[in-house]
Amino acid sequence: MKLHEYQAKQVFADAGIPTPESQLASDVDGVLTAAQEIGYPVAVKAQVQVGGRGKAGGIELVDDDDEARDAADSIIGMDLKGYRVDQVLVEEAVDFTDELYVGITMDRGEGKPVAMVSTRGGVNIEEVAEEDPEAIAREHVDPSFGMHPYQARKAVYDAGVDRAVARDVSNVLMTLYELWENRDGSDAEINPLMVTSDDEVIAADAVMNIDEDALFRQPELAEMEEEAASGGDELEQKADEYDFDYVRLEGNTGIIGNGAGLVMTTLDLVDHYGGEPANFLDVGGGAKADRIANALDMVFSDDNVDSVVFNIFGGITRGDEVARGINEALEQFDEIPKPVVVRLAGTNWEEGMEILNEDLVTVEQTLEDAVQRAVEYAEEVNDQ
Amino acid sequence: MSVLVDDDTRVVVQGITGGEGKFHAEQMMEYGTNIVAGAVPGKGGQEAAGVPVYDTVREAVEEENADTSVIFVPPAFAGDAVFEALDTDLDLAVAITEGIPTQDMARVNKRLSETDTRLIGPNCPGLITPGEAKLGILPGNIFAEGNVGLVSRSGTLTYQVVDSLTNRGIGQTTAIGIGGDPIIGTDFVDALELFENDDETEAIVMCGEIGGEDEEEAAAYIDDNVETPVAGFIAGRTAPPGKRMGHAGAIVSGSGTGTAESKINALNDAGVPVGDTPEEVADRIEEFLG
Repeated sequence: MKLHEYQAKQVFADAGIPTPESQLASDVDGVLTAAQEIGYPVAVKAQVQVGGRGKAGGIELVDDDDEARDAADSIIGMDLKGYRVDQVLVEEAVDFTDELYVGITMDRGEGKPVAMVSTRGGVNIEEVAEEDPEAIAREHVDPSFGMHPYQARKAVYDAGVDRAVARDVSNVLMTLYELWENRDGSDAEINPLMVTSDDEVIAADAVMNIDEDALFRQPELAEMEEEAASGGDELEQKADEYDFDYVRLEGNTGIIGNGAGLVMTTLDLVDHYGGEPANFLDVGGGAKADRIANALDMVFSDDNVDSVVFNIFGGITRGDEVARGINEALEQFDEIPKPVVVRLAGTNWEEGMEILNEDLVTVEQTLEDAVQRAVEYAEEVNDQ
Repeated sequence: MSVLVDDDTRVVVQGITGGEGKFHAEQMMEYGTNIVAGAVPGKGGQEAAGVPVYDTVREAVEEENADTSVIFVPPAFAGDAVFEALDTDLDLAVAITEGIPTQDMARVNKRLSETDTRLIGPNCPGLITPGEAKLGILPGNIFAEGNVGLVSRSGTLTYQVVDSLTNRGIGQTTAIGIGGDPIIGTDFVDALELFENDDETEAIVMCGEIGGEDEEEAAAYIDDNVETPVAGFIAGRTAPPGKRMGHAGAIVSGSGTGTAESKINALNDAGVPVGDTPEEVADRIEEFLG
């Protein structure tokens, strides 16, 4: 789960990391009021969960009311990489001499948190990591002890941060680590951490991604998630409500399965047999009938979908439950909206096959046959 | 021959009184697994699935000589449950639980490095030595005794590939589901080493997926250390960059590593053929076995 910039900044500011003065606005009047209160120049920044907002026209620096009005008009309501901008952050423009990068993430290869510092902030840090990995100082942290202050200092010295601000930057890094740890972050980043001509440091951007699996012990952040859920793809929002792992894709063959690896394999096979996957939908382990019915409802409500393939290999999931869910979802229609191909294997598949209403679906015994049949159906619809 | 587990393995099930714990304890016993106890705080003195329940893993070890634990504890408490298993010097702990916070697993991982216990998982289907014992939630009926070792990051994909093998009369020495989380215990390299050192295993299937660099590391290991022929499968070739596909690890960063292409290339360079479909993987194994 990714916090909006304004939410992450609030969390950082509450912990003592310096941030620019800012206000949230959702219309032109709000932007003007905020800009006047803060004082020009200000930045108007789209609050959507995508990277590269600046390049996409989602961030503008303005000097007066006219420019602020124009920026508000163009940014609020714009479509930014598929997300509608409902809110902007109006923020004091910081006059800076240097831009640093500081971040904490989990190094999955090492199985340990890693703190990173670079003097090459203000740019795409992934590119820096790729082209010039030496430009980022890294310090691994023992997760059972947390980060020691000497480690924060070491990372800052290794990165070659100017001595005048080294102490402040290591304090920011320590605070960021503590936040990351206490709030169950997966990533916490400041890019850029601006250095002013008075040798002060200030977080001009803020990224905080939270481990979804830990939201149960982060009730405040879970509330923020609900707030952040407005906007974005309607189907992906629906998937959130149903609690599915779902990704919408460009094609027309809908895919439902259990287990991420098997669903990805089903996508790959659709592609292999000349079709195009419309989505990734994993119902997860042990899905009961109502969950299966919800999955079908989701995929049916995607207009791009011309056929659906159901691929269930039961371990913890039971074939009879799956069959009941499919019947339940389909029996409500006078006419099935899109052809459904079902492949059931594993736990209780025979019971499932007995329950499954074969007037409503096409049954195939193997994964390969099921995928090929679904691709054929999708093509037939396209040919009509 | 068996890898890690056989019919002498003495198993304690942590969380045996929960719905999943009880159901799968019974399924495991039905398969022949020697389950000797359960461990559930506050439920000591009760009985579940026909075995005594203790409050702590330590009691189960002392009273019933358990040497292995299978963990069906809800995610909020599962990290602690793994710590408890590691604290009793068991040979093996298998964590089935899905959704353990990553930071909890980072701490577990640190502790793990200080003990002799082997951890499988979390968020995995477990492991099975066909005909002897299964630890976890794998559907026993699709497996057959034989000479192919299988290691996979995905549970249901394991079943799919095993089904293809068994349908052709190719059985398995042991199948290990290592799980798809960012931080896991036993990884591909560990499992490959076990199979390489097992006399009965004549061919190995390795099922990976997009995200992380574990498959690339495994490919390098195979190149240097594995004589047994290996066939691979990589799920997620059609996944678009930047999208998370279920597993925490299954995200393509777009920076060149972690993609299906880089994994397939690494495996091919190590002499490992990678099937486009699960059936093609079974074809390669059939060729290896002659």
